[in-house]
Amino acid sequence: MATPVLDKADAAGSPEPGAADSPYITVTFRIRRFNPEVSAEATWEDFQLEIDPKERVLDGLHKIKWDLDGTLTFRRSCAHGICGSDAMRINGKNRLACKTLIKDINPEKPITIEAIKGLTVLKDLVVDMEPFFQAYRDVMPFLITKDTNEPTRERLQSAEDRERFDDTTKCILCAACTSSCPVFWNDGQYFGPAAIVNAHRFIFDSRDEAGEQRLEILNDKDGVWRCRTTFNCTDACPRGIEVTKAIAEVKRALITRRY
Amino acid sequence: MKIHKYDTVIVGAGGAGMRAAIESTKRSRTAVLTKLYPTRSHTGAAQGGMAAALANVEEDNWEWHTFDTVKGGDYLVDQDAAEILAKEAIDSVLDLEKMGLPFNRTPNGTIDQRRFGGHSRNHGEAPVRRSCYAADRTGHMILQTLYQNCVKEGVEFFNEFYVLDQLITEVDGVKKSAGVVAYELATGEIHVFQAKSVIYASGGTGKFFKVTSNAHTLTGDGQAAVYRRGLPLEDMEFFQFHPTGIWRMGILLTEGARGEGGILRNKDGERFMEKYAPVMKDLASRDVVSRSIYTEIREGRGCGPEGDHVYLDLTHLPPEQLDAKLPDITEFARTYLGIEPYTDPIPIQPTAHYAMGGIPTNVEGEVLADNTTVVPGLYAAGEVACVSVHGANRLGTNSLLDINVFGKRAGIAAAEYAQTADFVELPENPESLVVEQIERLRSSTGSERVSEIRRELQETMDANVMVFRTEQTIKTAVEKIAELRGRYKNVAIQDKGKRFNTDLLEAVELGNLLDLAEVMAVSALARKESRGGHYREDYPNRDDVNFMRHTMAYREVGADGTETVRLDYKPVVQTRYQPMERKY
Ligand SMILES: Cc1cc2nc3c(=O)[nH]c(=O)nc-3n(C[C@H](O)[C@H](O)[C@H](O)COP(=O)(O)OP(=O)(O)OC[C@H]3O[C@@H](n4cnc5c(N)ncnc54)[C@H](O)[C@@H]3O)c2cc1C
Ligand code: SF4
Ligand code: FES
Repeated sequence: MATPVLDKADAAGSPEPGAADSPYITVTFRIRRFNPEVSAEATWEDFQLEIDPKERVLDGLHKIKWDLDGTLTFRRSCAHGICGSDAMRINGKNRLACKTLIKDINPEKPITIEAIKGLTVLKDLVVDMEPFFQAYRDVMPFLITKDTNEPTRERLQSAEDRERFDDTTKCILCAACTSSCPVFWNDGQYFGPAAIVNAHRFIFDSRDEAGEQRLEILNDKDGVWRCRTTFNCTDACPRGIEVTKAIAEVKRALITRRY
Repeated sequence: MKIHKYDTVIVGAGGAGMRAAIESTKRSRTAVLTKLYPTRSHTGAAQGGMAAALANVEEDNWEWHTFDTVKGGDYLVDQDAAEILAKEAIDSVLDLEKMGLPFNRTPNGTIDQRRFGGHSRNHGEAPVRRSCYAADRTGHMILQTLYQNCVKEGVEFFNEFYVLDQLITEVDGVKKSAGVVAYELATGEIHVFQAKSVIYASGGTGKFFKVTSNAHTLTGDGQAAVYRRGLPLEDMEFFQFHPTGIWRMGILLTEGARGEGGILRNKDGERFMEKYAPVMKDLASRDVVSRSIYTEIREGRGCGPEGDHVYLDLTHLPPEQLDAKLPDITEFARTYLGIEPYTDPIPIQPTAHYAMGGIPTNVEGEVLADNTTVVPGLYAAGEVACVSVHGANRLGTNSLLDINVFGKRAGIAAAEYAQTADFVELPENPESLVVEQIERLRSSTGSERVSEIRRELQETMDANVMVFRTEQTIKTAVEKIAELRGRYKNVAIQDKGKRFNTDLLEAVELGNLLDLAEVMAVSALARKESRGGHYREDYPNRDDVNFMRHTMAYREVGADGTETVRLDYKPVVQTRYQPMERKY
């Protein structure tokens, strides 16, 4: 086998800034700051930093927090798109900061970063997640079965039945979808796409027996019928879940009661 | 300050914490304190699978699994604990399925299983399919399923509460757990939780390394809290370096990739693992594969302009198989490296991955104050604990198993204890240590920065106590850590506020990392042998005569206030397996 020459693999490398053929560029992060301990007003603040464009927006935020301004506040943990901590509005679109590379968002212009919309901002990029998790809990997001004597072994499920709800099992509850939804912005009572995605995950699981109850919950005035199919949620989802399609399938199940 | 009273308090809401909570909430009034929202815990990052000898796809049994675990751990495993792990594996997978976990399925509808490193048929004859999995998102599914069931059971969570101190009261000469002290991120308020039982399930400590698969938040807070209160830490020198982290970033690419047929290659395209492990090849145990990779790199067969990595080659696998079985890790390669794994090999290097050591417990999850005495009311489970089922090297898929088996056991044991025990009186001013620590950091005008000390710590750990160690490198690390601990006293933060002060908490976390790094290095220096994840170039062989024993590290404070690490040792529990040379 030929040894591939890996110039592409330089991606992860981070030589010192200023080194010969340094990959570093100067970018401006324009961040929406808010700290009620200091001021009731939110303001925009610009930070200039040297960064390799193949690095993540999260790396840029860390550079600011660690080297320029320790008061900058955001949530993060895994740094590779699986924990759902760092959904934020980057250049006007909801994304995970740890899954967005600088080079993919036009670093020539200032990069705007602000908290996701529709949830109360508590400090800088941190929002109150409670209403989001409440909507999730409201759809009974757990397997419900009626069997009185549980099988000793696993319940059987065909590979096809397992595949039926695969897409919606991928959700990491990051709220990128819900906080990109204009209906949710205008009315926080709407369950929002993430809760519906998680209801879908159980409604279409062949092992579950409470689909009817969940559909009733979603039939509510704040349920699926509020969705206006703007596709913002699908565009926002960092896990590539077809959120709008899942919502449409729930609507169809409500009409036909077949799932 | 607020005071709360619960029967059982659980510190952490990853897999171990939530598995414990599901049991203890049914039996006792339980609070779960977690610094992250439960679904943000790093269990969600686990990819490959969870081991259990279900024998769904080929012959297998729990005894073979026990043997592999003992051998994989280079005979430092407590064999009674390993037997429990392997036996209870089967029910713990079935429990998760009944809770709703969407495992991948075989054509006849049972849970599918695949190969994983170090798991073998009949004591090492050939690889066996033992790992139960859900694509390469097994940890995600476990975390979600457990959270879903916590919602169902009405588990009470205190989200974004950082536990910073363990309270211990001596009653008639016996050290007992009285509760914990926590810091609320949103408000900066201090909370004292008085509890009959406390379970630590606060995860690992990988962030003292630079190249690591661990989350930013894995800073060993639980280990540090009990260590500071005079309780021992076991086998801290044993840390696992996973062979396949994304080059320079450390993001994990599951061993499942090799389980599906992926191959490691050097710059000549050679499948080098054939040389080092003729039978198991790319699926030899992790310490063996990581050392082989570095041997290739050191001998000049590494890839890239600097020859500092090797390739994980998946290009011979059908794209459909990659899409179905490894969708997430192939996406990581695309997102972070711009590489298409269908056609190009992925540059990888070993990444700091898993703490085999931790808070010593017995098989009921009870924490030990020395080699034999338990601390009444104190429990630990998951990566924070050391039972020890992983010994000197954990087998892949045995940790997701560990958190389920021992999370459940600790949850039941702690709640049952709480049902009959009385509250232990709180020490006077229970919050004082935490208040003092926080006030010192908040008011400090020192010149040292958290980020700089952390960076230097991570660099020295990567350079000196990673895959290869010698007396010289470990001493260098010990000295550097001592210097950094000195400088840490002079650290200052910029955010002086109360609300969501993550600047402050990063400083606290760094203090924990420094304490634990010291314990690791001092323990490693004293272990003059090579075993599992601890490889000493100056002592390349295992030495069962002198070192077939667990390290127990205690914090000692001298009359003048100087802190040192005192080492003691604990025997290994051996039942049916005699130590043999480890070959794969
Ligand atoms: C990338 C990756 C892949 C892996 N893949 C596999 C695999 O395929 N199979 C396998 O068996 N193992 C795997 N492992 C190992 C396994 O996932 C972990 O060891 C295991 O999930 C740890 O679970 P835990 O519950 O102990 O800790 P975690 O899931 O890390 O949870 C820790 C919890 O403690 C809380 N916490 C921490 N500090 C505090 C504090 N001070 N106060 C309050 N709460 C606190 C956190 O909020 C969190 O809820 C993998 C590990 C990684 C990093
Ligand atoms: S559906 Fe996608 S965007 Fe919405 S919460 Fe889940 S992972 Fe996030
Ligand atoms: S930090 Fe975990 S998703 Fe971004």
